[in-house]
Amino acid sequence: MIRDVAIGQYLPGHSFLHKMDARVKIVCTLAFIIAIFLCKNFWSLGLMVFAALVMTLLSRVPFGQLLRSLRPVAFILLFTAILNLFYTKAGNVLWHWKIFTLTDRGIYTAVFMAVRILSLISVSALLTFTTTPTALTDGIEKLLSPLKLVKVPVHSLAMMMTLALRFIPTLIEEIDRIMSAQKARGADLETGGFIRRAKALLPILIPLFVSAFRRAYDLAYAMECRCYRGGEGRTRMKQMRMGVRDGVAIALFAALTAGIFLLNHFFAHLI
Amino acid sequence: MAELEVRSLTHRYGAKHMPQVTAVKDVSLRVQAGELLGVIGHTGSGKSTLIQHFNGLLTPTSGEVLLDGENIFRDKQATRAARFRVGLCFQYPEYQLFEETVYKDIAFGPRNMQLPQDEIDRRVRRAAQFVELPDALLEKSPFDLSGGEKRRAAIAGVLAMEPEILVLDEPTAGLDPKGRETILSLVADYRRQTGSTVILVSHSMEDIARLATKALVMNRGEVALYGTVDEVFSQGERLVAMGLDVPAVTRIFLSLRERGLPVRTDVYTLEQGAAEYLRLFGKGARA
Ligand SMILES: Nc1ncnc2c1ncn2[C@@H]1O[C@H](COP(=O)(O)OP(=O)(O)OP(=O)(O)O)[C@@H](O)[C@H]1O
Ligand SMILES: [Mg+2]
Repeated sequence: MIRDVAIGQYLPGHSFLHKMDARVKIVCTLAFIIAIFLCKNFWSLGLMVFAALVMTLLSRVPFGQLLRSLRPVAFILLFTAILNLFYTKAGNVLWHWKIFTLTDRGIYTAVFMAVRILSLISVSALLTFTTTPTALTDGIEKLLSPLKLVKVPVHSLAMMMTLALRFIPTLIEEIDRIMSAQKARGADLETGGFIRRAKALLPILIPLFVSAFRRAYDLAYAMECRCYRGGEGRTRMKQMRMGVRDGVAIALFAALTAGIFLLNHFFAHLI
Repeated sequence: MAELEVRSLTHRYGAKHMPQVTAVKDVSLRVQAGELLGVIGHTGSGKSTLIQHFNGLLTPTSGEVLLDGENIFRDKQATRAARFRVGLCFQYPEYQLFEETVYKDIAFGPRNMQLPQDEIDRRVRRAAQFVELPDALLEKSPFDLSGGEKRRAAIAGVLAMEPEILVLDEPTAGLDPKGRETILSLVADYRRQTGSTVILVSHSMEDIARLATKALVMNRGEVALYGTVDEVFSQGERLVAMGLDVPAVTRIFLSLRERGLPVRTDVYTLEQGAAEYLRLFGKGARA
């Protein structure tokens, strides 16, 4: 059934990473991604991989789960690796056949790139594994709040994102129901060519839109009845607070960045 | 006319890595042609899950569904045939309306059956007549109808397929008393005039007691009680123990029994109640 697809991938837990402030997590994740691109040799990259491993262990997210979240990017990963493998012309030629040339530099670069992408994806996955979608949008809102000065409607954007996330499961349930109802009237969604199938979607899309609009109106009225008037002067039920934990995390990240620069400096550059 | 048989049907929801819910557990029943089976049960007791197997929308985890002795999951054709022979009308069916006009929406089912144009027209008009939708409404957009009219238009969409077995999931949910009465009487009319089987899921014991020939009580996915309406409603105490709402008349006699009066507790209609009252207190009590 369509309802079985996982939306978001938050895994409830009480680990160090779960308890961190969402803002700090977002900033650290961004910092990590930038840091990965600053790595210039296997030593600094190794340090980042080590950090990623430590974070995974800290989060207590099962490795299997993490691997599963990497599956969608497996193709891109393979593609970049192969491209790097054969397009790097520098270095000692190990093997040559027609237009394909394999060099030692090529192998290094391919592995380097693959490891880079892998750690990049796993760290972002860790963020979504350990942060609820609501905390995530709240964090983004807080981080972007300086943009309010230049009249960007940060609060409204964040609220829209929160509501969208909230309603994805509801809409999926709704699609499920409408599909069943139309199938019960003999709607055939599986056979026929492209045009026929596209046409067969109408009986599902129209009721879906109608009900989405109905829900949107209902929600808007309900929010207005509770005197919602946008972000102005609004306080939060869950205050975001930075604790000792977050200080430690920031300090470790600073050390990590310093480590990368040192390793980049003292060892030969690969790229 | 069709006979529906369900053999030890079990349905489990949930994919491999998800927590699984057993929504229907080892249910067996046989519905003869022309019966009106009332299905009762708590919310979450598996009623909707069960009835979605009758026309092959859900595939059982184990067990089978037979239509005139033929397994409807034997192959694709058999399942598709079951779709049209068993008409299923979902809870809040008005949310499935989509066409430009009510007429076209009612015609959606018959069109999918690939019937000739004049037959489609006959069926649409007949179904509209059944649900008492005036001709003037047929050319309107379904989204311009009132709530009760929408509901009736949606039910007409299922009736127009002229199913041998009509399954309705809480057709009166969210309607006012008059709207409910209209729907129930049109369902009864449909059954009387066409001789079809009707399976009616309802939260109202009174409606089931009044209309059904047989009743099925579900509890946590299992059959708690199944039999004629007399058999099921004579178990008033068990129904109450399951947290179900028994007809008001039954409730009165149950509490009379509780107070030590030697009354029967298997009454569920007003007539039976009156008769039992007279038996107890005699003609003198009337004055
Ligand atoms: N698509 C689904 N995926 C997972 N679980 C489901 C799904 N549909 C129903 N369930 C679960 O199966 C159980 C039975 O649900 P079902 O809808 O059949 O109950 P019901 O008797 O029709 O209830 P109601 O009277 O509220 O309509 C419930 O526990 C429900 O949470
Ligand atoms: Mg239900």
